[in-house]
Amino acid sequence: MAKKSLTVNGKRVSVSYDDPQMPLLYVLRDNLDLHGPRFGCGLGQCGACTVHIDGAAVRSCVTPLSAVSSKQKVVTLEGLGTAQKPHPVQKAFIDEQAVQCGYCINGMIMQSAAFLAKNKKPSEAEIKAALANNLCRCGTHARIVRAVKRASAQA
Amino acid sequence: MNIQISRRQALLGSGALVVSFSLVRPLGDALAQSQAKPLALTEVDSFLAIDKAGKVTVYSGKVDLGTGVTTALRQIVAEELDVPMARIELIQGDTLLTPDQGNTWGSLTIQLGGMQLRQASAAARQALLAEAAKKLGTDQLTVADGVISGGGKKVSYAELIGGKSFSIKLDPKQPVKEKAPKDYKIVGKSQPRVDIPGKVTGSFVYMQDFKVPGMLHGRVVRPPAIGAKLESVDDAALKKIPGVKVVREGNFLAVVASSEWDAIRGANALKATWSKSETLPDQAKLWEHVRATKVAKEDVTGNTGNTAEAMAKDGAKTIKATYDFAIHMHGSIGPSCAIAEFKDGMLTSWSASQATHNLRKQLAQMFSLPPEKVRCIYFEGAGCYGRNGHEDAAADAALLAKAVGKPVRVQWSRADEHGWEPKGPPTLMDMRASMDAQGNVTAWEGDFFMPQQTPAGFLVPLVAASLAGMPYADHIAPGNVFQNSAIQYKFPNIKTVCKRLETTPFRPSWIRTPGRMQNTYANECFVDELAAAANMDPIEFRRKYLDDKRGLELLDRLAALAKWEKRPSPQKAASGNVVKGRGVSYVKYELVRTYVGVVAEVEVDRTTGVILVPKFYVAHDCGQIVNPDGLKNQIDGNVIQTVSRTLYEEVKFDRSRVTSLDWEGYPILKFPQAPDVVIDLIDRPNEKPWGAGEPAAAVIPSAISNAVFDATGVRLRSVPYTPAKVKAAMQST
Ligand code: FES
Ligand code: FES
Repeated sequence: MAKKSLTVNGKRVSVSYDDPQMPLLYVLRDNLDLHGPRFGCGLGQCGACTVHIDGAAVRSCVTPLSAVSSKQKVVTLEGLGTAQKPHPVQKAFIDEQAVQCGYCINGMIMQSAAFLAKNKKPSEAEIKAALANNLCRCGTHARIVRAVKRASAQA
Repeated sequence: MNIQISRRQALLGSGALVVSFSLVRPLGDALAQSQAKPLALTEVDSFLAIDKAGKVTVYSGKVDLGTGVTTALRQIVAEELDVPMARIELIQGDTLLTPDQGNTWGSLTIQLGGMQLRQASAAARQALLAEAAKKLGTDQLTVADGVISGGGKKVSYAELIGGKSFSIKLDPKQPVKEKAPKDYKIVGKSQPRVDIPGKVTGSFVYMQDFKVPGMLHGRVVRPPAIGAKLESVDDAALKKIPGVKVVREGNFLAVVASSEWDAIRGANALKATWSKSETLPDQAKLWEHVRATKVAKEDVTGNTGNTAEAMAKDGAKTIKATYDFAIHMHGSIGPSCAIAEFKDGMLTSWSASQATHNLRKQLAQMFSLPPEKVRCIYFEGAGCYGRNGHEDAAADAALLAKAVGKPVRVQWSRADEHGWEPKGPPTLMDMRASMDAQGNVTAWEGDFFMPQQTPAGFLVPLVAASLAGMPYADHIAPGNVFQNSAIQYKFPNIKTVCKRLETTPFRPSWIRTPGRMQNTYANECFVDELAAAANMDPIEFRRKYLDDKRGLELLDRLAALAKWEKRPSPQKAASGNVVKGRGVSYVKYELVRTYVGVVAEVEVDRTTGVILVPKFYVAHDCGQIVNPDGLKNQIDGNVIQTVSRTLYEEVKFDRSRVTSLDWEGYPILKFPQAPDVVIDLIDRPNEKPWGAGEPAAAVIPSAISNAVFDATGVRLRSVPYTPAKVKAAMQST
């Protein structure tokens, strides 16, 4: 077993691994017991596993551990905010009740938080385009768009 | 129970842990109290307990499939008992603890499950009031926050019953008096869902997150062809992965490892040879195949007058059309996952099954155990729209747990889910009608081709049992797909027949609005065809044949909401490349409950054949509304998901297997194509609450087809409405 240190949610952590090709998703979920990032496809097609690496929204299911350096800042849904102290985007999702099963919502929040950091006042079409590669099976799209709009209005 | 709490805590601080503890704890408590817990539907104690601190525990056999319904169930109990919602804990779908209220399906959780809870709560309240009257020496009592007051004194529920059982019988024939709807403070008001804060911050524990101490990780290796036999296995490449084990049982093949990634690597590295198997029809000739399949029986669902005579009448104009509806998959965004453990002769199974009580029967049969030796516990997974892969993952996990003697978690891959979840069967519908010279409908006939339902129950066979050659019943269980083949209009002569086919290409099961969607699709498109033939406005035409007051009121509200312009379809003003149209559809669900009417607004690009649906208007009457915002959320979901099914979805296959094995092979709707949904809720607080998880989905495919006809003059009679089909239809007119 090899060891590697990572910066996750502002803390330095050490992870043991056999295979440097192990996707970051499994490091976060299984080694670090975080479950904001979710397994949806493992193929980079759905967005359920999205995390931030240095502020950019990244698909952790197709990001091998070897590609993440200890200096890079990995942030998961848990690192964004908590139920008691939610991030503005998380708060907007609560206010709009923009969740059905919620399995896709990690990706929706992480993707839109990264997007809003760059584009503070997006149009509805821009929001939809920014989320075009995040899939939701429950049909929560309309509420999710409203939540992102609400978050942008408050930013 | 969560073994990695400390590391998690180190990473996060402690705030987020509360939810996972409260979710996990009842399972531990349960073992201690299991002996005493009644489960009969005729006992208040089966549904409710109040502890010494005044906390109310609700035991619900119906589960939350990602709909938020457990918030609504809490509202019902909180209202009837006069306790705050925050004091209610809800345990769902645990065969040891919760009564068997039936599968969570058919839009029945509020309508049946919720009403059982309302009765239990009303009976409990009545008993508590009687007890308080004795204690306080007066029957002039008021209740607030679980405290009963009267004669200047107070006594709490906790003091009256805390920790003790109610021992009250419930008799559905003699219902207990419930609170009058005019006194409602919680029911009928939008309440924020209790699960959402945890879900948006990562503290919610889904089935996929749950862990059992000492568990291993399993991954299945399914045959490359349905019906293929496992000939040989070469595990040489696995030697490099520490601690990986291969489990082989007949044609069931899997690997088990100590970490999830090792299990995945192991499954990928395993080399297996399988026999050739080609059991599926040629997809290009699917509808010929369906038509040629032997009819096992005919269910006549509507029979009024004499259609043959009416159609043969002089001057009768006959109209015919055939509709087809593709094979669909549930496509849950999180693939199925389950954990199983064999311990002391008892099998415990954790899964996101919508039917833990039925799953228990199936696992008991598979392992030749008495049902009491199997406990199935529900954990919420990703959205579940019917019987998908959860039960199969549960069977996989149980088989592996037995083989390795340790608890095993099985997480399906995306390809496992797409390839092996049961499918919504292909459905074919032949419609015929006749009209007289004045455009009055004189006869209506429909033949609906759908798989049979074998009599012994709604148990979809478990994949692992069939691959491993273990005991299982070979049922065909598509669900109650005959529903809504009968029609809601008063035509003088009607004959509707469901041709129940002996077989269907894939193991079938129910997907949201099973049968009701396909049948309503044909019925509501064909009614629209008749309206056009009669040169009448489509809403006006429907009204002419309706005598249902609630239905008529709903159509009025819908027309007002959508600012419906009264005129026949198609519209005359079409010009340019992108043409717009509007289409209506209406359903009375199963002809006895929830009413929904929708108007779709579409844009059709005549060059590319691409359809966009920017807007849907919905008028919805499901009787008494419990949580208006929760209901709107469900309606949004019904509409948007079904726009996806209607425009894009079709399972592809070759002669051996499903070839739609990822989201590129089975595309679903993306954000830029998602419609706005404008909803008018018709609340009827004094009526029974009916279901809302499915009805709005029933009318979507027909509304879109009718809107495309309005825009282009072309009828789409084959779901999904792909650009190729749209272009072909436009060229042929
Ligand atoms: S799980 Fe990573 S994109 Fe789907
Ligand atoms: S809310 Fe269920 S997949 Fe998006």
